[in-house]
Amino acid sequence: MHLKYESQLREPLVYGDKTYKQVTEDIVRPIEAKPTKLWYVGFYIAVALLMFGVYSVYREVTYGIGQWNLNKTVGWGWDITNFVWWVGIGHAGTLISAILLLFRQGWRTGVNRAAEAMTIFAVMCAGQFPIFHMGRVWMAFFVLPYPNSRGPLWVNFNSPLLWDVFAISTYFTVSLLFWYSGLIPDFATVRDRAFTKLRKRLYGIASFGWTGSTKHWQRHESLSLVLAGLSTPLVLSVHTIVSFDFATSVIPGWHTTIFPPYFVAGAIFSGFAMVQTLMIIVRKVFAMEDYVTIGHIEAMNKVIVLTGSIVGIAYLTELFMGWYSQNKYEGYTFWYSRAYLFSPYGWSYWGMMACNVLSPQIFWFRKMRRNIFVTFFMSIIVNIGMWFERFVIIVTSLYRDYLPSSWSVYYSPTIWEIGFYAGTFGLFFTCFFLFAKYFPVIAIAEIKYVLKTTGEGYKNQMTKIEDQKLEDFVHEHAHH
Amino acid sequence: MAKKKFVVGCFDDEAVLFPAVKKVRTAGYKIHDVYTPFAVHGLDHAMGLRETSLHTAGFIYGITGTTTAISAISWIFTKDWPLNIGGKPHFALPAWIPIMFELTVLFAAVGMVLTFCYLCQLAPFVKKHHFHARATDDLFVMVIECTDKTNTDDLQAFLSSNGALETKVEVAEDGWWLGRYDKDEMPFEEKQIVAA
Repeated sequence: MHLKYESQLREPLVYGDKTYKQVTEDIVRPIEAKPTKLWYVGFYIAVALLMFGVYSVYREVTYGIGQWNLNKTVGWGWDITNFVWWVGIGHAGTLISAILLLFRQGWRTGVNRAAEAMTIFAVMCAGQFPIFHMGRVWMAFFVLPYPNSRGPLWVNFNSPLLWDVFAISTYFTVSLLFWYSGLIPDFATVRDRAFTKLRKRLYGIASFGWTGSTKHWQRHESLSLVLAGLSTPLVLSVHTIVSFDFATSVIPGWHTTIFPPYFVAGAIFSGFAMVQTLMIIVRKVFAMEDYVTIGHIEAMNKVIVLTGSIVGIAYLTELFMGWYSQNKYEGYTFWYSRAYLFSPYGWSYWGMMACNVLSPQIFWFRKMRRNIFVTFFMSIIVNIGMWFERFVIIVTSLYRDYLPSSWSVYYSPTIWEIGFYAGTFGLFFTCFFLFAKYFPVIAIAEIKYVLKTTGEGYKNQMTKIEDQKLEDFVHEHAHH
Repeated sequence: MAKKKFVVGCFDDEAVLFPAVKKVRTAGYKIHDVYTPFAVHGLDHAMGLRETSLHTAGFIYGITGTTTAISAISWIFTKDWPLNIGGKPHFALPAWIPIMFELTVLFAAVGMVLTFCYLCQLAPFVKKHHFHARATDDLFVMVIECTDKTNTDDLQAFLSSNGALETKVEVAEDGWWLGRYDKDEMPFEEKQIVAA
């Protein structure tokens, strides 16, 4: 038996005096109850946005990329900005579910399920952008390497754009498997207490006939651990490869060796902000404050201030290198196109600086980290900032080429470019609303596993253990 | 499809379950399985189950992925269609590392999940006998397989004396079959739940 004791200095991860049964009741309640009016309102807004996105994409597919305001130098505009932004958001889910599992961070159990769902939906949104950016989207399958009748004409395995194809599709598949394998036991819980025939049948199918056998749990644990071990380098590789799309080019402002760690830190930064946005809403709407506690929110804010500061150091390093390299083009890009407030896109650079580097610094204060309103507000600010970061990288490097003769006019998006982006919000939130209604939003089995060590009711009973003599404690609790 | 006779004992606390498992095993009974709502660490050892080799399978799938990637790419770029990309070497190993890595992870993950599902007989539409509906909620359900010589009354009394809250004898199918869960009896009465 493992040690069933945790210091009282640590905050409980589950508040209230819960039993296993109570945990099931609390988490399954939204699935068994009728959705609230608020849920319907949110869901229909999301579907409406999705429909607008579908129409925007329809126009782009029918009339071509000319529906967007891309011009002769700004070939990647909002579209690739949104792609990188969504992929980045996904990273926090894997960080929470995989990296924090390996680091034995107990607080991940409260938020991992929803964060993983967020990852999957975000990657689904991200994938749309490069696919539709191809223009002739019906030829998208050309990116797959298979023996074909066109030569065979193979894809270029040396190209970072193809690495992206492999990275994103692998990332999506592995995240989905990880998420679903964790869901199987929880679906079984919903199935076994279902009181309508339809629910019993559907959750019966979804739970794959899970019984809770000890041998199955043993394999399940092994599977989760190895998938976590695989996902950890995977998540780092995905954003590294996304950054290679830029870093392996010779465009000033992109041709930078710090891109991989800087992109990964930025991805985690924006992803945690999105987790905060979603979890603050979910815990409120579904009354799950006992499971997603203020301690969880504080822990995530610590990650935000850390990664935000890493990103800040990266920005400053880039500026320094722009000067230190004494390369005219680098210098121009960093010191004029970006850092000079009154250059055409200077506003976006300073917007990014304000949102990503300056404002998250308030999370050095414990009071701010534990304030729901501040956290919610900041989570939005950070995501705006991280969107600007990608916009700055793409547009300020592209709109002024090496030759002044190929400098482009001011790039701003059309309604259909914006519509496509809005549509992915629709897709994301449609999926998230359905997830919140039909899936256990908190990992039930994992909460039960940590309940007796970290639950408030159980921790309070541990005072007597703390007063125990060391020899007695060892005698009772050590492995035999 | 063979039906077997089982004695079922339900516990509500791991601290009671562990000594009970030990005593049942020492008494010479064969534990068919213990169904738990979450992974109870150490229970597999207490029951005398061997370690799983799933991670070894994962390793094998992983290196299969690496090998697939490097052999496919090198064949394509050096034999099948040697494309001249700016006069660079056809065998460009450093540029292939990202894809080799991705395929390693992909093969390992997909292979492991499929193996897991195969070993545990998990798939959509699969149905199994569930000894207690609360085994996925808050009960730890110990199931002991009976032989011809087993005295079920004695065994039930033995389980109760070791802390089982509820005991029963069940004749049940031991494997899996394709079936629907809504054909079962409802464990819970129809009830109205007030919206949160």
